[in-house]
Amino acid sequence: MQNNFLGGLKEHENRLLTVWSQLLIESGSDDGAVEEEESKEFASLFLSALATLNGRFQDSQEFEKVEDLIVGISTSRGKRGFSPRENAQYLTTFKQASSQILSELITDSENLYQANLELNAIIDNMTIMTFEAFMRGREDIISRQVDEISEISTPVITVWEGIVALPIIGTLDSSRTQIVMENLLQQIVDTGSSIAILDISGVPAVDSLVAQHLIKTVSATRLMGAECIISGIRPEIAQTVVHLGIDLTGIITKASLASALKTAFDMLQLTVVKRKLV
Amino acid sequence: MTTITNSKEEALIIREQDVVPLRNRVKEYGVKIGMSILNQTKLITATSELVRNLLKYGGGGKVIIESVSNGRDNGVRVTFIDNGPGIADLSLAMKDGYSTGKSLGLGLPGTKRLVNEFDIKTELGNGTTVTITKWKNG
Repeated sequence: MQNNFLGGLKEHENRLLTVWSQLLIESGSDDGAVEEEESKEFASLFLSALATLNGRFQDSQEFEKVEDLIVGISTSRGKRGFSPRENAQYLTTFKQASSQILSELITDSENLYQANLELNAIIDNMTIMTFEAFMRGREDIISRQVDEISEISTPVITVWEGIVALPIIGTLDSSRTQIVMENLLQQIVDTGSSIAILDISGVPAVDSLVAQHLIKTVSATRLMGAECIISGIRPEIAQTVVHLGIDLTGIITKASLASALKTAFDMLQLTVVKRKLV
Repeated sequence: MTTITNSKEEALIIREQDVVPLRNRVKEYGVKIGMSILNQTKLITATSELVRNLLKYGGGGKVIIESVSNGRDNGVRVTFIDNGPGIADLSLAMKDGYSTGKSLGLGLPGTKRLVNEFDIKTELGNGTTVTITKWKNG
């Protein structure tokens, strides 16, 4: 059986390691000392698993250990800044080195072909695993960032007693509007505010859907007995809204947060006075 | 008047998450030909309207962004293609305030006012194709 030929690689472990590290250096994905330890461990475990292999490698428990190890290695290499390409090269150079040793060991071409075929199947499977491990690492990062973004995206600020402001940055879609509205209404209750300022300076474009969401938010605020001012309407947004034909006449809108605040002060009958020098 | 396409790309739109990247691509096309902030905003707002229609009524589809030139002026052309149910009454759909989906009903007529060229082809059961062009100095 071809397994015996692959198992024979174990006796040539040291030579295989030498050839492999040479190939790694040539491919430029060598990492010096840390890697040498890793490579030794991997080669030893892998070759032992080969030597005891009996039947399909997919069913072998020994190979599960090897696969765990290679996933661990590729994750740690990923953290050390290796690209997925270099991670794959780590394994393909190992395959190359093994093939080279095999061709020296086996003289019969039919047997050599069978041994290489088996080796290919095993290592290709591991290469796919390293890619999957890399992707999983990336997906973890992305989902963490999504959570973080949705958490920081809707702060409600109390700017004065009775006045809350909510700066909106980015695109307002249905799910985001829901969060914004909930936060704003809750904050109006919590602080007993009578005026809410919705600042849309950071919203890149106001289309009819965004406008509809804004109108709904304003209506909900009014139902709570508070007044809502929309600020941060840039000139280009104003013109676009007019061309689109969106009717915002029932809503108090201001160009800047400062003028919205001034309006809010007026509504609360507050005046800001410059202190006179005596 | 003949128009020449300088560069072109396609994007598949299947989820709401595809809207923002598409808008950014369209904006980049506008920036590349030196479009003013006002026209850029008009263009991306129009794109935003149509791509939402594409998702909501057409069930997703394909968007083609082109950088075009007619000899005197450069512009951006965006084509929205879906295989949805089509629009039953086009003249009604182009009217302000008409909507079958509880929205403001400004998408199609509003978009037409935002761009320089607006073309819509629809057939019941065979989807809708909308093409808009915004010229740099239009």
